[in-house]
Amino acid sequence: MKDALVIFYDHWNYWIFIVLMMIGFYVVIARGNLVKKLVGLNIFQTSVFLFYISAGTVEGGTAPILVNEDAPGSAAVIYTNPLPHVLILTAIVVGVATTALGLALAIRIKETYGTVEEDEIIDLDAEEDKVERAKRAAHDDGAGKVEGGHS
Amino acid sequence: MILANLAALQVVIPLLAAPIGIALRPATLAWAWATLVAIAAFACSVGLFLQVQTGGPISYAIGGWEPPWGIEYKVDALSTFMLVLISGIGASVLLYARRSVEAEIDPPRIYLFYVAYLLCLSGLLGMVITGDAFNVFVFLEISSLSSYAMIAMGKSRRALAAAYHYLILGTVGATFYVIGVGMVYMLTGTLNMDDLARLMPQAAGYRTLEVALAFFTVGLALKLALFPMHKWLPDAYTYAPSVVTAFLASTSTKVGLYVMIRVFFTVFGAPYMTEGIPVADVLVVLALAAMFSGSAVAIWQGDLKRSLAYSSVAQIGYMVLGVALISVAGMTAGLLHLFNHALMKAALFLALGAVFLRIGSVHIQDMQGIARQMPITMACFVVGGLSLIGVPLTAGFISKWYLMLAAFQDGRWWLAVLIVLSSLLAVVYVWRVVEAAYLRPRPQGAPVATEAPLSLLLPMIGMAAANIWFGIDTSFSMTAAEAAARAALGAALGTGGVQ
Repeated sequence: MKDALVIFYDHWNYWIFIVLMMIGFYVVIARGNLVKKLVGLNIFQTSVFLFYISAGTVEGGTAPILVNEDAPGSAAVIYTNPLPHVLILTAIVVGVATTALGLALAIRIKETYGTVEEDEIIDLDAEEDKVERAKRAAHDDGAGKVEGGHS
Repeated sequence: MILANLAALQVVIPLLAAPIGIALRPATLAWAWATLVAIAAFACSVGLFLQVQTGGPISYAIGGWEPPWGIEYKVDALSTFMLVLISGIGASVLLYARRSVEAEIDPPRIYLFYVAYLLCLSGLLGMVITGDAFNVFVFLEISSLSSYAMIAMGKSRRALAAAYHYLILGTVGATFYVIGVGMVYMLTGTLNMDDLARLMPQAAGYRTLEVALAFFTVGLALKLALFPMHKWLPDAYTYAPSVVTAFLASTSTKVGLYVMIRVFFTVFGAPYMTEGIPVADVLVVLALAAMFSGSAVAIWQGDLKRSLAYSSVAQIGYMVLGVALISVAGMTAGLLHLFNHALMKAALFLALGAVFLRIGSVHIQDMQGIARQMPITMACFVVGGLSLIGVPLTAGFISKWYLMLAAFQDGRWWLAVLIVLSSLLAVVYVWRVVEAAYLRPRPQGAPVATEAPLSLLLPMIGMAAANIWFGIDTSFSMTAAEAAARAALGAALGTGGVQ
């Protein structure tokens, strides 16, 4: 029990990452509303940003900015690893672009289907398929009759 | 000057040309610009191929920042093999695209389509050429976002839903990949693939590494549509415009497989893959499931684009099977099939695009007797179909043959039996098209089709001819695939590239 607590306490930032990630992932899978799915996707992506940033943190370190090298003691300045910040800056831009595109698609879906609920979209598609199949079956019979008439 | 910077130009040319395309509103002008750029990209990749063949692998430091600190473009036999394939398909599909795009995409959006196409092309080329694990993610998203946009341009409203679902699953896959990169970075402190490979033995004992490998595998399997993570693929391929289907089916999933090979064998290394958690065994099982389920479902589809999409799921199974054997023979067969499958699917989807242009449908019922009215188009389809089955004298035969040899060499003869059995399923779904198109009469009252215009026929015939050419003369594809396989596995075994 104590070990488990230590594992939790030592890595609490990773536990937050895991919990957030799972919340986001659950929303993506379980929600039928296309906009809510995108919100879940955002939470999922943001958790990964936190994962990177917290992994790059150095305890007691300052922000990774340039220090005056001539100043006394400047060589000993501890700073947080800046590389994960840069990577995540890129990932945030990608995330924004993805969300924008996803929302744009959701708007177009709302315009053409009249709904953003996944199950309603599936129903509409199924209805369309049924009509299409009926049309094909009727067409088949009709074509058969015409051919029969000629022979 | 140009020759020394070919590696950068390969990606920079299409990437910079894409935004310029926004200024070129008239459809024909936008098409001409995109085609010109794609041909330039193809020229770059051929140049790189020749350079690597004579001078060995090229390492290019972007912006002059030396690896492992800066982003390195790493061009070896494996990446040039992929570059030539992607840019070649990209250019041939564009040559075909003008008439088909005019018919299938809203006229005011056509110029934007070509912009998205060039962005997608540069993303795919970038994923292949870069030697930096995080840079792969950036290019992956460039290509993915533009392909979601291209799929959404399909005529039916279902294209929107298909693009949306692909966006969700694609983003989940890409984010899994980023988590994997983050974990590997935590252990090694580097993102350069060669540097990662160098530091990997020190990290080998950590659980984090196993978790990272799991995230990489699942994320990339989503991207390359490996069974059972292929749910996005059939809808996306069915409702996307014909040109987009032909392009994505022959390039996008292949690049996913390429990244998987890079991660497995360049970063983790063959020893870790065989001794660590049994990822390869899992992949063999999934590949077999894909081969059978994909082909079996393909038989029952009325819409031929959907049928071929399921067939793609099956064919991805063959490629993954080759790679999962973890031997030079298996990898060669997998890469050879990757190359040949790109040719077959390009020929097949281009032929379907021509049929769609003429009769507005690719449903098997609407295509009855079509071969009398569009003989050349259907001949190209049949050649592609034969290659898909793996009939001798077509490209598909060569890669399946080598795949079976690799299975025998590995002592798993039953794999070879399963390969033959699943190929028999392909006979069924190709034959039913042949039966409908050749043996049935054209129903009365059906729209009269004329042969496709020359601009569509030429690229199509080219692709069909390539299927036969690479089935008879395998000197290019075989040596390139073998060199690529050795480059992938050689680097992993620490022998350093092609000798």
